[in-house]
Amino acid sequence: MDPLLGHRNPWKEPIGCAETVMPPLLSLNNLSKRFGQTSAVVDVSLDVERGEFFGLLGPSGCGKTTTLRMIAGLEEPDTGTISYEGRNFTGVAPERRGFGMVFQNYALFPHLNVFENVAFGLKARHKTRTETAERVAAALDLVQLPGYAGRRIDELSGGQQQRVAIARAIAIEPALLLFDEPLSNLDVGLREETRGELRELVTRLGLTAVYVTHDQEEAFALCDRIAVMVGGHLRQTGKPRELYEQPSQLSVARFLGRNNLIKAVRLSSRNATVAEFKTLEGEHTLRLRAPEHLAPLNQPCYLAIRPEHVEIRKGPVSGENCFPAELREINFAGATSTVRVDAKGLALEALVLRPNGLDVGDSCLVQLPIEHLSLLQNE
Amino acid sequence: MPRLPSSRLPLLLISIVVLTYGVVYPTVELVLSSLQQDGRWTLSHYTSVLSQSIVLESIFASVGISLLSVVGSALIGIPLAFLFERFSFPGQRVFAALAAMPLVLPPLVGTVAFILLCGESGILARLMQSAFNLQTAPWSLQGWTALLLFHTYTMYPFFYILTGAGLRRIDAGLAEAARVLGANRAQVMYRVVLPQLTPSLLAAGLLTFMTSMASFSAPLLFGGSVRVLTLEIFTARQRGDTTLAVTETVILGVISLGALLLFQRYEGTRKFAAAAMKGAPRTQRRITRGRARTVAVILSVAFSIILFLPIATLLLVSFARDGQWTTQTFPPTYTLANFTKVLTDPYASEAFTNSLLMSSVAAVAAFVWSFCVATLVTGKGSRAWKRLLSLLVLVPWALPGTVVAISIAEAYGKPSLFLGSFVLVGTFWILPVIYFLRFMPLVVRAVQSNMEQLDPVLEQAAASLGARWWRRLTRITLPLVWPGAVAGTLLAFVIAMGEYVASVLVFVPANRPVSIAIASELRNFNLGAAAAYGVVLIAIIGISMLVADKLERWHS
Repeated sequence: MDPLLGHRNPWKEPIGCAETVMPPLLSLNNLSKRFGQTSAVVDVSLDVERGEFFGLLGPSGCGKTTTLRMIAGLEEPDTGTISYEGRNFTGVAPERRGFGMVFQNYALFPHLNVFENVAFGLKARHKTRTETAERVAAALDLVQLPGYAGRRIDELSGGQQQRVAIARAIAIEPALLLFDEPLSNLDVGLREETRGELRELVTRLGLTAVYVTHDQEEAFALCDRIAVMVGGHLRQTGKPRELYEQPSQLSVARFLGRNNLIKAVRLSSRNATVAEFKTLEGEHTLRLRAPEHLAPLNQPCYLAIRPEHVEIRKGPVSGENCFPAELREINFAGATSTVRVDAKGLALEALVLRPNGLDVGDSCLVQLPIEHLSLLQNE
Repeated sequence: MPRLPSSRLPLLLISIVVLTYGVVYPTVELVLSSLQQDGRWTLSHYTSVLSQSIVLESIFASVGISLLSVVGSALIGIPLAFLFERFSFPGQRVFAALAAMPLVLPPLVGTVAFILLCGESGILARLMQSAFNLQTAPWSLQGWTALLLFHTYTMYPFFYILTGAGLRRIDAGLAEAARVLGANRAQVMYRVVLPQLTPSLLAAGLLTFMTSMASFSAPLLFGGSVRVLTLEIFTARQRGDTTLAVTETVILGVISLGALLLFQRYEGTRKFAAAAMKGAPRTQRRITRGRARTVAVILSVAFSIILFLPIATLLLVSFARDGQWTTQTFPPTYTLANFTKVLTDPYASEAFTNSLLMSSVAAVAAFVWSFCVATLVTGKGSRAWKRLLSLLVLVPWALPGTVVAISIAEAYGKPSLFLGSFVLVGTFWILPVIYFLRFMPLVVRAVQSNMEQLDPVLEQAAASLGARWWRRLTRITLPLVWPGAVAGTLLAFVIAMGEYVASVLVFVPANRPVSIAIASELRNFNLGAAAAYGVVLIAIIGISMLVADKLERWHS
């Protein structure tokens, strides 16, 4: 099948449930890329399923954009392969891949007007004039810019340029759309609005998307699944809620939201379902559900718990993972307050709705619910 | 119109006086005198001039050679820019700088070097002759081919430099976007890269066309039977036929200004704001390996060497003993006598002193003047006035040197309304004045573009801190504009040092510049001495560039 022309038209016949086991639409196998002395991407493998909105999330310089550029064919991996619909795409020129891509700075051609920009990919495919005109009009309708065809690019606002960039990418009717931080140049209000429209558009057209961003809120709001990259490595892949609630790696826990990271060593467990740890600071005993990969005995490791899961109250010690502490600081932030406590040298942060009559300097109890405490893999 | 701040008023007065005396009056006077005969208005000069077939031929030759020079320079300059911008190899910066060198080579010195290398008794011809045992020289460096070859050699840097700058400005992300959309490498080139280069290419084409229209030393020395307008004007003036010279000058000026106006009209339609792009542009990564790169390295190194050959020849011949080099391939005996002569002979050292003095005066005046104009043009005020000011400043640059010299000579060659009984022609000062007029637009351009990039908030901040205009100028504006201003001024100085076209028309013994000394050595077949002059001139230019580099860093 010709990668340029042979796609099933995803606009008209969205792909239904697979009756037979189909290979993932896109899969990256052990991709690595170096630039000079620096390793940009190290041994990255992932699968993107049909119809999925897949996020590549990570701090700047983590290799997510390089990974996306390798998918697009703009960079060649040093090692590893890329396959698309089960065929090897490694080394295929970008123009033969037929993916749509939206660039961070939009990369609209300044010497062409809106129509000519959107028609660019269709001309490269030698479409007839009438078909080109129809498809450009349809694409501009989809991004809600009808009637803008004759405008020059520098006459458009940032948000409109963004829509033209999207229209240009979908006009070629790609099965796979690549986004490189497409919303980062918009201001906050517009960004959230566009985000919703973008997700709606991709779902409606039945497209598959790979979306690069450093903004976790954006990734959580948009993506079905997210791969978190840190320092060129892919650290964890999962649904947004899984990643947030059960980060499996230290770097993921550090990068995603606020987290209490507690250094501890594992004690010999009493049974197979509960593991017991002792914190290095404060020497508290913490119990948590035994994860698949247990840390070796007597070796320091990290436990994590979100501030909103830390409970602060008065009263007698009761239940597991409960110990006394002193309240050090309360930061009022409207709907919620952040409370910092110190439990014999172990500093913890809690997010509470109301401080419940507690004040700075008071003694209180801290409870770390067993189901919210997770063990991190040290990488 | 908002009221002009009082500090601007003196600047405005200076501008009006300088432009009236230097540009408006001479130009108007030139046009008027071409339209008058014995005090009556008439078009008879034009009808008689345009009915002479030799004049028509020279117009045709000037325009034709200029158009072909544009093509030739583009064919060399554009690929060279791509080679140096797209590939990376050791010594690249040196070769890239070398490739831009003909730009600062004085046209007369370049002509001499070219004759010594490629002329019918040049080193190349002699090599061929001895290699193949030919009885006569294998070619003669005459006519259209010779002119085109020389123009391409000296003018391709316009295309090379402007294309390079244009390529650096293009966001590499655009080419990537085009690739992802399905365009192959060739399509990316002609649908994305070339359209975005058009402004640069047009500017380079215009520069080449106008420089070629103004070209004088090459047609004079090896034009052969080809008559171009600049040469016609010169000979008419030598014959004493002022009316013919003036009329032809107006025709030459009209063609040059016409090209400029045509370009500006077209430029307006082809301007696309790079501001349409948000975020940092991606720079194209250079290719550091592969077969294409090997070819690129060989080509660019070979080309740089070819470029350097004329200058190497000049250097070689400057050590040749005059009168001894007759039939041999290379000069048989070498001596320092030429340099001794050039550096110690009072006749020669006087020429150097004159040129240095006149160029310095013109450059310093242009430096001060450029701030005057740039402040007015970038400051508050009505648009129409600013455009008129910019246009008038540009006129002496757009006009060929021949036209500027003739117009000044016409206007101030007799007692006039503007200078009373003082006659500028025949005095020392005529050349500094002409150098200033011809090259100040370069400095104004440099200073103005730097000033336009200055954030006006900076000056407002300084004012809010209590700084008066003098302090604001010396502490804020000057330091920030300094590198551009110095570069522009030094360029004006360097070009003035080798000026020949205008000098040859109006020089007097009191201000005889280096170029005239070179030409007279050449006329006496003292090739070694002429080459030695050229080498010293190039050395002065090289030192000036080094000084410029130091000066540019000094303030920052």
